[in-house]
Amino acid sequence: MSDLRELYQELILDHGRRPRSFGELPDRNREAEGVNPLCGDHLVLHLRVEPGPDGSEPGAAPGSAVVRDVAFKGSGCAISTASASLLTGAIKGKTVAEVEALFARVHAMLTAPTDVAPETEGLGKLAVFSGVREFPARVKCASLPWHTLKRALEGGGKASTE
Amino acid sequence: MKATAPREPATSPATPGPHGAPPAFDVEAVRAQIPALHQEVHGKPLVYLDSAATSLKPRCVIDAVERVYARDCANVHRGVHALSERATAAFEGARHKVRRLLGAADSREVVFTRGTTEAINLVAWSFLRPRLRAGDEVLVTELEHHANIVPWQLVCAEVGARVVPAPIDDRGVLDVAALGRLLGPRTKLVALAHTSNALGTVNPVAEVAALARAAGVPVLVDGAQAVPHGPVDVQALGCDFFAFSAHKVYGPTGVGVLWGKLAHLEAMGPWQGGGDMIRTVSFEGSTWNDPPHRFEAGTPNIAGVIGLGAAIDWLLGLDLAGARAHEQALLARATDALSRVPGLRIVGTAPGKASVVGFVLEGVHPHDLATILDHEGVAVRAGHHCAQPVMRRFGVPATARASFALYNTLDEVDALLRAIERARALFA
Repeated sequence: MSDLRELYQELILDHGRRPRSFGELPDRNREAEGVNPLCGDHLVLHLRVEPGPDGSEPGAAPGSAVVRDVAFKGSGCAISTASASLLTGAIKGKTVAEVEALFARVHAMLTAPTDVAPETEGLGKLAVFSGVREFPARVKCASLPWHTLKRALEGGGKASTE
Repeated sequence: MKATAPREPATSPATPGPHGAPPAFDVEAVRAQIPALHQEVHGKPLVYLDSAATSLKPRCVIDAVERVYARDCANVHRGVHALSERATAAFEGARHKVRRLLGAADSREVVFTRGTTEAINLVAWSFLRPRLRAGDEVLVTELEHHANIVPWQLVCAEVGARVVPAPIDDRGVLDVAALGRLLGPRTKLVALAHTSNALGTVNPVAEVAALARAAGVPVLVDGAQAVPHGPVDVQALGCDFFAFSAHKVYGPTGVGVLWGKLAHLEAMGPWQGGGDMIRTVSFEGSTWNDPPHRFEAGTPNIAGVIGLGAAIDWLLGLDLAGARAHEQALLARATDALSRVPGLRIVGTAPGKASVVGFVLEGVHPHDLATILDHEGVAVRAGHHCAQPVMRRFGVPATARASFALYNTLDEVDALLRAIERARALFA
């Protein structure tokens, strides 16, 4: 039961039950849809990306543009819902370059081999998902919101786990 | 050389009980024959409630497959040497066993495929496609598995025909009267599940087949979930085609059966071309072998087919009436106990059901539930069960599904309930 608690930590259960930034962004300028056809998880991610401090236009210099706001809606398991909820908190106010670096770190944490200690530095609350890699069938639940985010930043469309 | 199958053995190889009848059903004796049941998962005894996905295999099936590779390892229908003769006899012997299992009239009506899915695709392309015109309809039901929807959509898309679903009610019961009204001059085939994999509903196939026959429409039955809970008699059902998979009937994966009326099979052209399905080949043209070989191009899954034969022997050697009663007792206990769990809703409450229970639990997503149950040693399936239209019909993205086979016990139903309580406590 102990490793099950590794997966279902209080923070995950809390965000799974009461997801933050849940809903739509009327002034969004980026969005994407994520589906896991195997389990029926479905989410839509909305972003408001604005020019960075150096005045660059969104899209023109994507690295310095800033994610001003983010929201998601949809239905999924506790892992995917909590992952989407914590994602919104983690990326708000960050530059696109920072978000992309964060994506890489989260992805590395979720897919790291189970025989080495997880690399969670700089991940903050997102480190709560380090136990997911012990549950291969559930890695896609945690990564779906992040793949959807990547798709939104790349111009939108649909991300699928399959 | 092999257009005619070997003569059928006169006696059943199943071990008879006293006075020729099988011994009374004994679940512990059955369990002792199934190696995979006897293991721990996450430190707990395995409680395998996912037999609708695939059944666990008795030792005799595993041995039969092993014997092919360890002793009778040869191609079939080709060699004159001893190994090939043994392999061919066992392979064609399995065809006779399938005939007996399904109550079919003739072993030539038994075509081996990769599974139910390939059997349905074979009918779609070889039988239906040449008969289908723009505006025609294939009548299915709302409770179908994707394997009994998508093959029809693919052939329909070729000619501008369409797939029409007959409705089910809120219990998951097929509305036969509505199906009858949808049956019309445009209907070229009725394709329905005998038993729903997601809901457990047993469809009134004989009644539907009679309606279709009166309208002159052939009927295909997806029997994947029905054969494990048999008995099935394709002649009594009155259908034209019947498909099932070996791996859900205690046999190996990678083998399925299409049973079709001989007159249909004889009139059908080949689907896949290759060795074994031809009579003569020249660059000017080729001629086809007779059914069933016309539809079995290439080297078949020899070990799988022989394993299926062993599974049928095993099954028919059991007290099947006792086994059915046992499965229904498991279903009744599970249904009763699950309906008492606060916030739990059973999806699929038809009065006539196989031992399959789909459910959703308020506040716990099926995917989370399945992970927690797994840590209690309880294997269930969570998801849409390859039946997305069913999920949509019941307004759920997914369900958890406990499916019981004849080797499950009443204690295992209790283990399921205890595990669900753990999940409720964790998510409270």
